[in-house]
Amino acid sequence: MSKVIYKLGEDISTDIIYPGRFMATVLPSETPQFAFMDLKDLNKMLVNKEVPKGSIIVADKNFGCGSSREQAVSTLKGHEVVIIAKNFARIFTQNSVNLGLQLVICPKIEANVGDELEVSDNKVINKTTGKTFEVIPNHPAQQAIIDAGGLIPYTRQRLMAKS
Amino acid sequence: MGQTVVQKILAKASGREKVEVGEIVEPKVSLAMSHENGALVINQFNEIFNGTGKTAKVWDSDRIALIFDHRVPAESSKTATNQMKIRQFVKAQGIKKFHDMRGDEMGVCHQILPEYGYVRPGYVVCGTDSHTTSHGALGAFSFGIGATEMASVWTLGTALNVPVPPTIKVVVTGKLPKYVEPKDLILYLIGKISAEGANFKVIEFHGDTIKNMPTSGRLTICNMAVEAGATSGIVPGDSETVRFLREEANVTDEIDLVEPDSDAVYDSIVEIDASKLSPQIACPHTVDNVKPIDELLGMHVDQVVIGSCTNGRLDNLKTAAEIMSGKKVARGTRMLVFPASGKIYREALKQGYLLTLMEAGALIANPGCGPCLGVHQGALGDGEKALSTTNRNFKGRMGNPNSEVYLCSPATAAASALTGVVTDPRKETK
Repeated sequence: MSKVIYKLGEDISTDIIYPGRFMATVLPSETPQFAFMDLKDLNKMLVNKEVPKGSIIVADKNFGCGSSREQAVSTLKGHEVVIIAKNFARIFTQNSVNLGLQLVICPKIEANVGDELEVSDNKVINKTTGKTFEVIPNHPAQQAIIDAGGLIPYTRQRLMAKS
Repeated sequence: MGQTVVQKILAKASGREKVEVGEIVEPKVSLAMSHENGALVINQFNEIFNGTGKTAKVWDSDRIALIFDHRVPAESSKTATNQMKIRQFVKAQGIKKFHDMRGDEMGVCHQILPEYGYVRPGYVVCGTDSHTTSHGALGAFSFGIGATEMASVWTLGTALNVPVPPTIKVVVTGKLPKYVEPKDLILYLIGKISAEGANFKVIEFHGDTIKNMPTSGRLTICNMAVEAGATSGIVPGDSETVRFLREEANVTDEIDLVEPDSDAVYDSIVEIDASKLSPQIACPHTVDNVKPIDELLGMHVDQVVIGSCTNGRLDNLKTAAEIMSGKKVARGTRMLVFPASGKIYREALKQGYLLTLMEAGALIANPGCGPCLGVHQGALGDGEKALSTTNRNFKGRMGNPNSEVYLCSPATAAASALTGVVTDPRKETK
């Protein structure tokens, strides 16, 4: 069970998640410091490790819209947060699968900051309100990459199988 | 059951007769493009080969393009070092489609690819840039991917686990009125279907308005298809595509046009009457917050920008020069112009467009992405408003979360620069 630490609205762009002005920084070891840089309270919470690993950020529809920048995923992965949203933009979804950031597609999610949620493969239970919400499972093609531990090991397997 | 253009392209690239929407394919990639984020792709590419005992060699050095555009010339030592790393990689791997900072060859990646004939109808193109959707303008299935996925493409030459996307058919008919441009059309469409209206889908453009639209305008509409969430925008290749490739990109080899079947199945159909459109403006902070210009007339703007992969082409600069000829940029407003490539810059010099714009008071900068994504030049001050022909108005996009970006056509940008307030180009130039 994990706590909702922040609630975001619709169309949270990659410019909100990882502002373009920090894009010269590319290494996953260095990107976490700039997560949600323009939402000062959220950035501080994450960077100062004020919340435990696995903490949840809840958003409305179209989370991760915009750029293909992978920093938007590596920055969140670095803080080991879980994102629950009504849906996610395509490139952000694939980048998350490729790098192993857990996304939960939950079209009807209702949760507020402080709520305790139990997340499983097919549902989210809001323990605070007692309500249960359906989760859209990963596409099998995405699951294959997740099961391999991400796209790098998955591609490496394919490379070795080729020869 | 018939196939859409993208179904046909994916079937061919996957060695299949037909593919169904939703099934998973692994298409061969015809062209793989990266810009400065190629530095991260190189890291991930080397990581794939790490411990395999194999030499890290790209699958086909002729099918990889690397183009410097986001930060040219480098704004920091970090960027300069990333660019240096890419130059070394390009040399070691024998990559020839490389565009460094040179006045003769440089440009924004989404201008260089069509300009050099790197994209053809029927191609599968992927790029580590969300606006890779642009190249659907040439009848290719062209989509944005992340750096790690690109490293996988460099290794295997295929895009892994691609679900065949459903397609939205957009039919545009009628003549666009004077100074109502392809940009206004795509903004209107995004406003109509929303920022997620085409998420995980393709937008296929049809109708006489599109048939009569030059490739430049098609690049604008396909470029911004991603702002409705689309995997790709696509205009099926036609006589204009062939004309562009032969006359403007000097392509001499065979061109295969791919058309959809007459009984192709579409997710939905959207119809637009272009003759009824007015100039459109996307207001902060989402691209689907689109309003007709009437609702914003008179609003002061601090910075006007003409340029980018959306609207930095020769005809865009021509339109701006036509509107601004013999007039002056209003005091209290600054105007920045970024031609999309060195070729466009030189041609605009020869035609006198740049002289006209400079005499009006515009600042002409070098080809590149400029202020579009807030990493390099043209950042906004606190509380300032920009009116820009670029493609995104997200909070913080132009380098400052305490500013506002409004998106418009080149004609609207030029007319507004003269007055310092949002101005209808149809009236200004009467």
